[in-house]
Amino acid sequence: MTEKKYEVIGYKGRCWLYSDKVKKHFLKPRNVFQSDQEENDWEKTADGIGEVGSPACGDVMRFYIKIKDDKITACRWKTFGCASALASTSVLSEMVVGKTLEEAKKIKPQDIVKELGGLPPRKVHCSVLGDQALRKAIEDYEGKQK
Amino acid sequence: MTKLIYLDHAASTPLDPRVKKEMDAVKTYANPSALHQMGLEAKEIFHQARNKVAKILNCKAEEIIFTSGGTESINLAIKGIAKRKGHIITSKIEHPAVLETCKYLERNGFSVTYLNVDKDGLVNLKYLEKEIKKDTILISIMYANNEIGTVQPVKEIAKIANKHKVPFHTDACQAGFLDLNVGADLMTLNGSKIYGPKGIGILFVKKGIKLEPLMHGGGQEFGLRSGTENLTAIVGFSKALELAQKEDNKKIEKLRNDFIEKVLKEIPRSFLNGHKTKRLPNNANISFLDVEGESILLYLDHEGILVSTGSACSSEKLEVSHVLDSIGLKHDAAHGSIRFSLGKSTTKEDLNYVVKKLKGIISSLRRISPVHLNKEEIRQ
Repeated sequence: MTEKKYEVIGYKGRCWLYSDKVKKHFLKPRNVFQSDQEENDWEKTADGIGEVGSPACGDVMRFYIKIKDDKITACRWKTFGCASALASTSVLSEMVVGKTLEEAKKIKPQDIVKELGGLPPRKVHCSVLGDQALRKAIEDYEGKQK
Repeated sequence: MTKLIYLDHAASTPLDPRVKKEMDAVKTYANPSALHQMGLEAKEIFHQARNKVAKILNCKAEEIIFTSGGTESINLAIKGIAKRKGHIITSKIEHPAVLETCKYLERNGFSVTYLNVDKDGLVNLKYLEKEIKKDTILISIMYANNEIGTVQPVKEIAKIANKHKVPFHTDACQAGFLDLNVGADLMTLNGSKIYGPKGIGILFVKKGIKLEPLMHGGGQEFGLRSGTENLTAIVGFSKALELAQKEDNKKIEKLRNDFIEKVLKEIPRSFLNGHKTKRLPNNANISFLDVEGESILLYLDHEGILVSTGSACSSEKLEVSHVLDSIGLKHDAAHGSIRFSLGKSTTKEDLNYVVKKLKGIISSLRRISPVHLNKEEIRQ
């Protein structure tokens, strides 16, 4: 008997673990470095850089901001983590541009989760660290001003 | 609908059409315990299936107990033998069905030794023998690991257990394609990992081993597992086991070896988990440094490639795989592990496509990762 092929069929992309917004940001992260050159430039010229998390715990976020007249004019980020970690930093990067430092400091994990259209509850605590990385970047900037 | 590349056969296999055909041929719905003609017909089909399994395992028909699957067989083996308080030896990398059953017994006054494994996932036979005590009532070591694929020296373990007259149970759920005549006193197998139906498994119970049943009732399965027999699934299981045992593993092993070689060559900072040669023929468990497993999994999923990961972020408890932890992998590196488990339908073209996609995915995830682990420091 010739061996029959086991046809594997599915509904590609129709079943997804998270919200559609998470998917959008996960698959196409915004405000990330496009080249090593760009990254090197930002490492030197960013007004503030903040990093939180640890690879052993599974999540690390690094946030870069440029500031003019107390307003965030541009940002970049790098994240090691799961889909919700990547998406939450990406969506945060869209939320902060144009905000004053005071406004940006007030962003809470719940605001990011809301913007993403929700996350599984167990993922919120560990994967939404972007606000902390952002605050650290602002502190980094403020420290340099003194 | 799109064709997918399914590389998660260690989790579940499709139903082999030849198995389905035999299952479809079972028309009777009668209870095999009934005395009328339809019942007797059911009983006859049932006996044939049991005899087929017994023949494959080189044992007597009454040594085969049909159950609802791997988890039940494991529970029956371990709890069934634990009638009097005593000591149990197992390993740290067992399936949760074994570990949680042992922990349950620990809470109820039993003592349990969880053996360490080496960096390849192998138990040390000398340590194992040393741990045997006067009151050891069971040794339970898996035949092959579901995550990293490492195959234990079960024949040697059986010899040691036999020498000390301690019953030896092996969870062989992942090992349906390997030699099953290993000399164990108790052995668990299930249908869903060998292209058979779900919800069916067996526990081989060597004559002379006394177990307490988990299910009390009508006394089916020699009093060890009451409940009306799941005849269609039993027929499917027996056929699936027959086919699995006839399967030539060389082809899949070659595909797997080529795949591992290609991945490790084309993707820098990646390495294989588990033993290089003493491993299941279809398993490749690979860690990619500086990236996280769930992200890799979901990017692959988006490309139609289905795998699993030992990353904490993908588990319900948000804990890193106990197997990767036990082989001494630092959590930093364990987070980036992916298990590819090949199947009968996997082709060389499929795997070439996977390598190509994987390469791009790892590279783009690394671009946005702020982590750069030291490759020399990935072990605890």
